[in-house]
Amino acid sequence: MATESAEYAVSRNPEMGPDGSLVPSPMDPFDAPEPELGSETMLVNVGPQHPATHGVLRLVVELDGETVVKVIPHIGYLHSSFEKLGEYRTWNQVVTLTDRMDYLAPLIYNCAYVMAVEKLMGIEVTERCKVTRVICMEMDRIFSHLLWLGTWSIDIGAFTPFLYAFQQREKVYKLHEALTGARITTSATRIGGMMADLPEGWTDGVREFIDNLPATLDEIDGLLKHNAIHIGRTQGIGQISADDAVNHGLTGANLRASGVPYDVRKDRPYYDYETYDFEVPIGCHGDCYDRYLVRMEEMRQSMLILRQALDRLPGGPMDVEDPRISLPSKTDCMSDMESMIHHFKLITDGIPAPAEDCWYSVEGSKGELGMYVVGDGGPKPVRWRIRPPSFVNLSAIAALSEGHLMADLIVINASLDIVLGEIDR
Amino acid sequence: MNKAGSNPFAMVDEGPKPSDATVFPEDAPEAASAPHPSVEALRDHFGDAIVAHEVCAGDQHVVYVDPARNVEILSWLKADPGQHYDHLADLTAVDYGGGRPIQVVYQLWSIPHKRALRVKAELPLSELEIESVAGLWRCADWLEREVADMFGVVFAGHPDPRRILMPENYAEGYPLRKDFPLRGRFSRAEQTRRALRQNPEDDYFPAEMGDREPQLVASVADDEDDESEEVNHGD
Repeated sequence: MATESAEYAVSRNPEMGPDGSLVPSPMDPFDAPEPELGSETMLVNVGPQHPATHGVLRLVVELDGETVVKVIPHIGYLHSSFEKLGEYRTWNQVVTLTDRMDYLAPLIYNCAYVMAVEKLMGIEVTERCKVTRVICMEMDRIFSHLLWLGTWSIDIGAFTPFLYAFQQREKVYKLHEALTGARITTSATRIGGMMADLPEGWTDGVREFIDNLPATLDEIDGLLKHNAIHIGRTQGIGQISADDAVNHGLTGANLRASGVPYDVRKDRPYYDYETYDFEVPIGCHGDCYDRYLVRMEEMRQSMLILRQALDRLPGGPMDVEDPRISLPSKTDCMSDMESMIHHFKLITDGIPAPAEDCWYSVEGSKGELGMYVVGDGGPKPVRWRIRPPSFVNLSAIAALSEGHLMADLIVINASLDIVLGEIDR
Repeated sequence: MNKAGSNPFAMVDEGPKPSDATVFPEDAPEAASAPHPSVEALRDHFGDAIVAHEVCAGDQHVVYVDPARNVEILSWLKADPGQHYDHLADLTAVDYGGGRPIQVVYQLWSIPHKRALRVKAELPLSELEIESVAGLWRCADWLEREVADMFGVVFAGHPDPRRILMPENYAEGYPLRKDFPLRGRFSRAEQTRRALRQNPEDDYFPAEMGDREPQLVASVADDEDDESEEVNHGD
């Protein structure tokens, strides 16, 4: 055999010589001088095409050994200028752009946008519509957090929770499909109402989903919460104090993990959130582990809200009964000339908005999701601006990860729960 | 609305008709909203620097400030215990087109007082420069970069004035300006050529970051092999 020749007969372990002394292995640099270390840093490129970057995010990382010295994030690979496109569309046509930003929680985006426009136009939607939107938003908060949970556990090195989480996500996909006909690009809302009323049996589907979810969450929590590897990888990693978190503009679970109880649903309630009974979980260390705990608890609180909303879902019309805002029914269009004309005018002319501006923010799944809409009296926005929570959260990654190991950078990135479609817009 | 009883045969529930339309919300007399405590305090403190005040969308207070004193005013709003606007929710700009000034918009929120305020500074197109607030709020760093990238507003004293969404050598201008055509200024062929010619390794070396010139757009004229294939985007 080749390895029996003298050339390969290299001892890899200390052996005894013929006289009983220890023969050092040729692999042991026993009297070589210590090499100079730490004098140079290395530049490592992460992404843009890598699963651990959660999209097309590129991080240029300066490393000293394995320690991160500096992180420079590069974004813009998905930039499609939705804000510019929106200026060429009528208010209702913009809805289809909104769910293409955060495709992990499309209904929250649909709702947040029309809520801003309704505020600008001074429209008060019906009670049924309000509760329906609350159901949609809370369902998609869970939907988005489940994706975060799956990818987060993969980034830590645990594959199983990913499968459990996606099994549950599939149910929300089906509910999306039943509600809107699309699994991701829902475009479910319209100014003054929803695309359509809830299909029959849909609320039972939501109930079934939240009945089954706790078992899955408990199972995943059991795999991760007290897992020594999970704790070792996340506790004390990416820590940020409450003041710094506010200063960096962090919102959502990332801010609340640092102990700041800022939640738009509580602090600036919309859609009667003050009448729902739920808690805002906060952390006390501001590290990756606390962000995990906060998001897990948020899913449970969202289930509470969902249950209450399903119980109080009233009957009655879904859309506002204002012919300048809501389309007439298809039956009317086909039988009544005035409705036909009116339908045509609404589609071709659009709905005018006053020459004002309006800022409206809701608690999205990633953080505070703000919509800033500026009208000029016409049917198209002068400016439509999204305050992207992931964009602002990601800008803190450099401060969070400096001094940690390269492997921790991936965990920190996962803990921020970003979606690149929204960052680049 | 059909008056009930005016016609006993019209009791069928038809819903409202377009002709039932009443006055539009913006024509309605504006509801008197509660005065905002910060607005009076700002006027007392800064006098002429508070250019105007208006109420939008019912209850949203907007304060126009002198752009030369934006940092002074915003740092007071952030630090004063009576105001304490610690959360810069958003920073953006609005271009109304037609040569009107570009507005830089700060959306402030006070977490302890649960109060919102919108601060605007109007910059004429001839001098699009305003001082950076990245020293006050770290989140303004990226938000200002985006405004600079999209509108061409120069933020004086910004720690890292690179483009953020568009490539560093993007030469077509500022996409969110009203005079920017939807498909860009160059032809599709030219846009593709420039994209392919780009070398991602050119930029972003940490060592270079310190002494980088705050130049946001490479001038078109400086480009050697540019055959000025501009304004051909109607294909």
